Amino acid sequence: MSIIRKLALAAGVGALLSSAAWADGLQGKVIGFSQIGSESGWRAAETSVTKQQAADRGVDLKFADAQQKQENQIKAIRGFIAQGVDAILVAPVVSTGWEEVLTEAQEAGIPVVLLDRGVDAPQELYLTSVASDQVKEGRVAGDWLVSTVGDKECKVVELQGTVGSSPAINRKQGFEEAIAGHANVTIIRSQTGDFTRSKGKEVMEGFLKAEGGGAGICAVYAHNDDMAVGAIQAIKDAGLKPGTDILVVSIDAVPDIFAAMVAGEANATVELTPDMAGPAFDALDAYLNGGTVPEKFIITESKLYTPADDPQGEYDRRKGLGY
Amino acid sequence: MKLRNLSFALRPQYAALVAVLLINWLLFPGFFNITWQDGRLFGSVIDVLNRGAPVAILAVGMTAVIATKGVDLSVGAVMAIAGAVAATMVTAGFPALLAVAAALAIGLACGLWNGVLVTLLDMQPIIATLVLMVAGRGLAQLVTEGSIVTFADPVLIFIGTGSFLGLPTPVVIALALAVLATLAVRRTALGLMIEAVGVNRSAARFAGISSRVLLIVVYAFAGFCAAVAGLIVAGDIRGADANNAGLWLELDAILAVVIGGTSLLGGRFSIPMSVLGAMIIQAMNTGILISGFSPEFNLVVKSAVIILILVLQSPMAARMVARKPAAPEPAAARRTAR
Amino acid sequence: MQTATTDAGAPVLQARGIGKVFGQHRALDGVDFEARAGEVHALLGENGAGKSTLIKILTGAYQPDEGEVLLNGAPVAFRDPLQAQAQGIGTVYQEVNLLPNRSVAENLFLGHQPTRFGLIRKSVIEARAREVLATYGLEIDVRAELGSYSVAIQQIVAIARAVELSGKVLVLDEPTASLDRNEVQRMFDVVERLKKRGLAIIFITHFLDQVFALSDRVTILRNGRKVGTERLQDVTATDVVRMMLGKDLAFEHHPTGINEGPTGPVRVEFNGLGKAGRVAPFSLKLHEGEVVGVAGLLGSGRTEMARLMFGVDLPDSGQVSVDGKPTTIRNPAQAVAAGFGFCPEDRKLDGIFGDLSVRENIIIALQAKLGWFRALNRDEQDEIAGQYAEALDIRAANHDMPVKLLSGGNQQKVILARWLAIDPSFLILDEPTRGIDVGAHAEIVRTINRLREDGLALLVISSELDEVVAYSNRIVVMRDRELVAELSGEDIAPAVIVKAIAENNTGAA
Repeated sequence: MSIIRKLALAAGVGALLSSAAWADGLQGKVIGFSQIGSESGWRAAETSVTKQQAADRGVDLKFADAQQKQENQIKAIRGFIAQGVDAILVAPVVSTGWEEVLTEAQEAGIPVVLLDRGVDAPQELYLTSVASDQVKEGRVAGDWLVSTVGDKECKVVELQGTVGSSPAINRKQGFEEAIAGHANVTIIRSQTGDFTRSKGKEVMEGFLKAEGGGAGICAVYAHNDDMAVGAIQAIKDAGLKPGTDILVVSIDAVPDIFAAMVAGEANATVELTPDMAGPAFDALDAYLNGGTVPEKFIITESKLYTPADDPQGEYDRRKGLGY
Repeated sequence: MKLRNLSFALRPQYAALVAVLLINWLLFPGFFNITWQDGRLFGSVIDVLNRGAPVAILAVGMTAVIATKGVDLSVGAVMAIAGAVAATMVTAGFPALLAVAAALAIGLACGLWNGVLVTLLDMQPIIATLVLMVAGRGLAQLVTEGSIVTFADPVLIFIGTGSFLGLPTPVVIALALAVLATLAVRRTALGLMIEAVGVNRSAARFAGISSRVLLIVVYAFAGFCAAVAGLIVAGDIRGADANNAGLWLELDAILAVVIGGTSLLGGRFSIPMSVLGAMIIQAMNTGILISGFSPEFNLVVKSAVIILILVLQSPMAARMVARKPAAPEPAAARRTAR
Repeated sequence: MQTATTDAGAPVLQARGIGKVFGQHRALDGVDFEARAGEVHALLGENGAGKSTLIKILTGAYQPDEGEVLLNGAPVAFRDPLQAQAQGIGTVYQEVNLLPNRSVAENLFLGHQPTRFGLIRKSVIEARAREVLATYGLEIDVRAELGSYSVAIQQIVAIARAVELSGKVLVLDEPTASLDRNEVQRMFDVVERLKKRGLAIIFITHFLDQVFALSDRVTILRNGRKVGTERLQDVTATDVVRMMLGKDLAFEHHPTGINEGPTGPVRVEFNGLGKAGRVAPFSLKLHEGEVVGVAGLLGSGRTEMARLMFGVDLPDSGQVSVDGKPTTIRNPAQAVAAGFGFCPEDRKLDGIFGDLSVRENIIIALQAKLGWFRALNRDEQDEIAGQYAEALDIRAANHDMPVKLLSGGNQQKVILARWLAIDPSFLILDEPTRGIDVGAHAEIVRTINRLREDGLALLVISSELDEVVAYSNRIVVMRDRELVAELSGEDIAPAVIVKAIAENNTGAA
């Protein structure tokens, strides 16, 4: 066999072994990524995962940090168009005001993929959007609690996210849907902890006092892990054992909640994956190389983690992502 | 003196605190229950003191700044910086006391920076401190690299969640700081100098007061207080959250000072009354948390109560309530507050 | 000297028996004033004489408590300056009140643009602006931003705007204060043109030479009363100064016999102290038990001199020595440390701490001198406050009441008490009797004499010539930011002082 035929064969085998049909299909492609900024650990992790994904696939990633400003994002996208990139990823900072710049990208023939948040613009202006389903996140957390407590009576206190924010509304809705058919599981108190650790701790302190020192509380459901970490400390300060006396379930899967799981103080978390870029690259790969138009909304997996899922390993793996 | 003490007891701030506490008790009958548990006092009232401590500490520094006719918007950001520095240092293996000292030194340096902008460059305080309010949080995020730096250092945790003589450490620290600061301004001439500069900076200059040095000291002290509050908040959650630590607390601190009766136009001030103002705010926050109201009501309830307190202590209300001449006379009232 | 040959114009704006009271202070009392068509009428007076109050009444900013204002013979009551402007009275201030980032043309017609079908027509405005400014001898690009031109041109645009909008009376309030000599001349040319057009022009300034160069008549106010109205061709600068500084003066040698010359040793010596643009370098010695009076008109540099001595402004030349020892004074704190005291002219702005108590106001300088850590305790404070309140007869219900509740005279005594409390060796009093009632007035003068007897060195600045003459051992005269004369012995007489002030009055611009 000539060397060329050997290579071709190897490539063919490689393609078959790979999960994607065009394994190195994005090799050498130039893709622009307009990120919102680095306002949270999760956002930082998303950025580092995206860069990692790009490096693994040989993508030449042009990264632009918008520092929370839409005008910077629009500028960055116009810059990408001018450079003639092959595709653009955008994590939009707000939902409105995108029509004009998306039309410009479309006219230039550059596909745009939205990451993590949606926009109020006609769907034909972008290729697809990759995001988690926040209602589903709440539902997975609720389902876990329902199946864990079985038929036992369980009074739940809820630590909401920032009042009026969409994750707070949706995660609350999903959880309520999951426990709806189970009269033994009820939410007795619900307050906002603003997604922060210190407010989570303060609110949990109040709940514990108001509910007879915590004796009546079976579980705490926090809309994010940071508030759960705060609540765990409040429970410990009140002389109870988090994870045993009071179950702790939350959402996001940041490293510190795995550390709490290792210590037996947290029971479950639902992952909001920072890997939005993986599905986005897969879709772009299929579209650019095979012309396959992806679905308009790609929903990332909302995976449940419990102490059975090697929390120490998860902690170590995530610690390096910039959370 | 007896008459003065009477007017002291009748001050609207006391009435406001009692009213808020009573409402809390009505909403939650166990509000005043205090138990001894794990070698410390435990109860909602203790929570009010403990949670109110960071704002009270900020208010101690803020009172002096506002008395000079200034304002320090950067204290929330300085809290974040101090927490970030301490947390990053202990996780990097430095001894805790060194980390604490470094955090306090950086708070002091931030305050000095503000003082220099206000005095030497003659910038308006609101603008000068806005610089650090915006940039400071960014600095804190640089230090923590955008994530929450979690630590397990016992000294820092003790500062945030420990207890001393049965009281939470933050309460003890706030109390000590307030007492020391009050003594420092009232047992020396510092308080009078601060009031003189706040009332009339030009006249202060003509009277031979070095207002520049004074202002720099006052802003540096506010920065120091912010660093102390930052250490407490970080110790409390065992982590430095650069994005959220101290967020908007500068506004709570300003509010505490105003509720305490110090005018934003400078002049007469009282550190104990500002601390009381912080306690009123926290009693209200805790009340809202344990009331079981839906969180959508939080801000509305809070602002309604604040408006009520401020109206009650306005000069107009004082005239309407106290027809007798003794009560609203500010100099006499202040004297007893010393 | 330029003087008008006619005063034939009819009175356009008249004020009759104007009185105005602020709280307990009577700012104007029975003042008559008139401005005729085609005349420039100067209004003169020291600080607090009532000039600005009168102007504010004429232009509608204040309403008079007594008397009436007539425009073309008919009584008017302006609600505000806009109404006065609409009825023909335009005002131009020292600081140009226009928009520097808009064009000259826009500024000229702002709010009154000629429109067509409700639209502003730029070309029409610009043509009209060129036309208007040409009548003022100004040919400039009217499309350029106003701020790109000199203050003088901006002033002329402001005048043109005021005249275009009003057209009968033009009030010029210190219009030349920030102009150089050539610019002043240009401004004068414009005023001459307007005079010929028949406007009545009211000119407020404290530059005597400009009054003589430009005005037809002058009205002089003093302590809220009119001293007189004179045709400038009939009077000399000396006459005018005399009217400004002392209408009731007995112009003879004063009889107190205190001006035999100093006996004590030199307490403070200023040698070549000066600051460019403020005060030309001056030298002055003050002896123990001596009062040196400072005479001069407003803007002559008398207050600036005191500020340099006290370190309020930083001198750029000269030395100070106290009791023969060279002393550095670069700020008031150092001056206080050296035993200086300073009762400033603007009591409210630079003197009292309104919200602080009488007691605190009295002890504050002593406390500043002692430093932060040697705090006077309450008993010491009460004792010091009580001692000086009694000595100076400060009338306050108690010493814990805010000083702002006291009368002007008592406030002045509180500031005096503040300085006496540091046991000063040298005391500067800038207009110590301004704005206080007659009784307190006499007390302050008595106090000055007593302090002299106690061995203090005092520098007293005053526009009240009869007063200065009564208590000074020596008098220095300031003119055009320069110390021009030092009078002693027989020369301490109002006539000599007035002459020294008015002499060679060749321009302060």
